[in-house]
Amino acid sequence: MSVLAKVFIYPVNSLILADLVERFGHKPLAVMNQVREKVTNISLDSPPVNITPEDPKVGLRYAAVEVPPGVRGRMALIGPLIEDAEAAIIVSDPPTDFGCVGCNRTNELMKYLVRSKDIPILELRYPESEESAQEFVYKIAAFLDAMSGEVEK
Amino acid sequence: MTDVKQEEITKVIVISSDKVLPVDAAMRIYESEFSVTVKETCFGLIVTGPAEEVLAVTEEIRKLDKNHIFVKDRGFPAGDERRCRAVRGGGPRPGFHFLREEVQMLPAIGVALDELEAKEPVRESPTKKDKLKVSELERIIEAELAR
Repeated sequence: MSVLAKVFIYPVNSLILADLVERFGHKPLAVMNQVREKVTNISLDSPPVNITPEDPKVGLRYAAVEVPPGVRGRMALIGPLIEDAEAAIIVSDPPTDFGCVGCNRTNELMKYLVRSKDIPILELRYPESEESAQEFVYKIAAFLDAMSGEVEK
Repeated sequence: MTDVKQEEITKVIVISSDKVLPVDAAMRIYESEFSVTVKETCFGLIVTGPAEEVLAVTEEIRKLDKNHIFVKDRGFPAGDERRCRAVRGGGPRPGFHFLREEVQMLPAIGVALDELEAKEPVRESPTKKDKLKVSELERIIEAELAR
């Protein structure tokens, strides 16, 4: 499978989603790659000093100035991923939603921006049993297979 | 002249296999000629190195049990002081909690990938809870003992 579509995943740091998207021949747009650019660039130091004057400006493209800065900071990383996305997989009710992806306002804004984009979106519930895991994997496989066909056209 | 350093990436390899242990995967990398840094963890490995080599290593490891070994990118390199627990004074590193939750689901995802490969039809999820039949219980016990 040589055709690649850039697939945005939510939760943005999910191992299962990133692996499945890559396994079925597409490119997952995960926040880890954005973080890597921030923490391995030698011109930047360690958190919280790893933000450049450009980052808040990027964040302002997605959230207004009166929105809490945490939302804008997160959107500075995640917003460009949404812009690049050619498809999206959104999983609702993931078991944990805290830490760097624990901001519910950012998550809501992120999902809103994805849904308002004219791209194919697959929405699923997080699997809790073996049966639902099978359905989860089958649906993702079918969606990504269909994406391959669409990109080929 | 300054050397142009090749882009370094880091991958997290999570092993949820009955056949392969993290140590087996690590040994496979040590035996190979890839110049990557490997860190063994409780859930698998963290591999850091030049992008090309890390991708080759992860493909090699995935082949050991492809439906039960999962890979994702990681932002921080292996052993990075900003994340390493040895330096930060213990406690789970940021990002571990969600990984731990997902690891619990990996056996079921692995089985689903096996079934997808075998082109098995989607199982109907049971609509109501019934009592477990004795024959079904026997089958489960035998399957567990045979593992």
